[in-house]
Amino acid sequence: MKIDPPLWQQEAAALATGASVFVALWAEPADDAAVVHLATRPHGSGAISVLSLVTEGGHFPSIARHHPGAILMERALCDLHGLAADDTPDPRPWLDHSAAYEFKPALGPGIHQIPVGPVHAGIIEPGHFRFSVNGETVVRLEVRLGYTHKATLGLMRDQTIGHAARLAGRISGDSTVAYAFAFARAAEQALGIAAPPRAAALRGVMAELERLANHFGDIGAICNDGGFPLMHALTAGLRERVLRLCAACFGHRLMMDIIIPGGVARDLSADNAALLRAGLPDLLAQWRRLFELYEKTASLQDRVATTGRLDPAIAQRLGCGGYVGRASGQDFDARRDAPYPPYDTGRFVVPCRTGGDVDARLRIRMAELDQSAALIDNLLATLPHGALQTALPTPAGPTTGHALIEGFRGDIFAHVRLHNDMVEDAMLRDPSWFFWPALETAIAGNIVADFPLCNKSFNPSYSGCDL
Amino acid sequence: MRRTLIENLWRGRLTEPAPSITPGEPAALAAELDRVARHSLGRSLAIRAFDAGSCNGCELELIALGNPFYDLERFGLKFVASPRHADVLMITGPMTRAMHAALRLTHEAMPAPKFVIAIGECACTGGMFAASPACLGAASQVIAVDLHIPGCPPDPVAILQGLIGFASNLAGTPDRAPTPSA
Repeated sequence: MKIDPPLWQQEAAALATGASVFVALWAEPADDAAVVHLATRPHGSGAISVLSLVTEGGHFPSIARHHPGAILMERALCDLHGLAADDTPDPRPWLDHSAAYEFKPALGPGIHQIPVGPVHAGIIEPGHFRFSVNGETVVRLEVRLGYTHKATLGLMRDQTIGHAARLAGRISGDSTVAYAFAFARAAEQALGIAAPPRAAALRGVMAELERLANHFGDIGAICNDGGFPLMHALTAGLRERVLRLCAACFGHRLMMDIIIPGGVARDLSADNAALLRAGLPDLLAQWRRLFELYEKTASLQDRVATTGRLDPAIAQRLGCGGYVGRASGQDFDARRDAPYPPYDTGRFVVPCRTGGDVDARLRIRMAELDQSAALIDNLLATLPHGALQTALPTPAGPTTGHALIEGFRGDIFAHVRLHNDMVEDAMLRDPSWFFWPALETAIAGNIVADFPLCNKSFNPSYSGCDL
Repeated sequence: MRRTLIENLWRGRLTEPAPSITPGEPAALAAELDRVARHSLGRSLAIRAFDAGSCNGCELELIALGNPFYDLERFGLKFVASPRHADVLMITGPMTRAMHAALRLTHEAMPAPKFVIAIGECACTGGMFAASPACLGAASQVIAVDLHIPGCPPDPVAILQGLIGFASNLAGTPDRAPTPSA
């Protein structure tokens, strides 16, 4: 919806009070003046509205000034489109690494800096962490990203829906199913179609398999960063077995490009459905023994309890979703609060805690393991027969659609505007946009040695934000 | 804790024989990799993973190489934290402009002889990001690459197969000169 500056300011004020939840901010180049888009939703609801403001002389009123969760996105869009956000609290570049960069200062006796990255010690995505420390204690952390910037959104423009969908599946590889799901739903809304029931059910199966694989892998990796490699070795085995089931059932370990606009690219045979239903209970039974191990290992509990606490008020202020938000009192799950097929029929219990520490984030993910396995079993037990794809119509004029999909990290927002089978404008927003600033606040006061543990418990995507 | 440890002792190992380049003789090929790695590198090939801008899909499969099913380290192949300790620079992702300087510094920090392996479609060809204004394309656009392992992402078996072939070639050229930086 095209609006005037006063309405824009009114929505910014609603974000500041918490009446509205910030979803995404992006810009679109145009011949005369760039347009800035703001997506928001009412608190506790998934009903997204998109406001569009035509910039004047390359300027627009800052949203970040009212809502700090928008700072990074505002900096990114200014770099991408040469725009300026008036009265922004942080005018520094983000994706543009060509200019000199000043980290925020931390002053006082004994305070010194530790620069880390962009190349990290492990097999991790690149980014720079600037720690200001006093002895062992972190006084301030500032994250600098943009190293995996590939201009993905720009590459989607003026491309076919199919090409853009494949790009969406490569925004963050660990969430390729969720991204393909989100893009497909947005494109289907724009085209006024829906995926057939069987395709919707299979999408749910794949989304939950992706959640299982990532939760297994990350739970072990977090414990490993807490000095407990036994858990890492065992959950890595569980993750591997999930990925092998995915490869057997869907032909690709990460299930890339299986969800397509209109439906799914391949079917699940009855034999493979049986394979999944027989295989997952065994994995979950093994996991339950490991959960006991987690609870009974005092040296591990010592590392995770009270570590890296994210204050629920800050989680709310930043609009954190997913396991980060749900571990800090933010009771939102797109599968329940903005239900979409195949999650729109059953009752859905969302685990939520208020501890906000590494332990709470782990326990949210642990609770979701059982839930995902049960969901997969239910979906397969009631798998509808029928078509796998709905043909994509060619609409007369430009049409827009958007979607909110609960990936393993949290809610992924997708927006797309189509014109004659081509993508005119697209935005895909990762939950990590809000995890990074949350991590910066959660690490303050912790010791440097606990950073890997804290970071992994948030596990934000780098590529997902470096759009 | 004790129960978990004992259970895992009795259950037997998860680790599987290495994949073969020509399917059929996995045990023989695992032995072959063991032999060539031992011969040419004293049973060690230290790998420094370098994400040049990947979507993190390739990283997931590199990490999987360390799980009990593949157990990369049994072949003397291991990922190391510092380029100072590395023989191989393993590049994933399309080469972003923002990581170009870091690539040069990381490669310079490695001792000779050193090798470069490109993992995945993006590092091999630029993939879907080849035309991106923010990327320089394939790894070979900016550095001499000794081995390409394609796939989006390549699964751990494909990566192991590539490494087996690579180690075999190394055995034939033990005095290889360092890879020049472009």
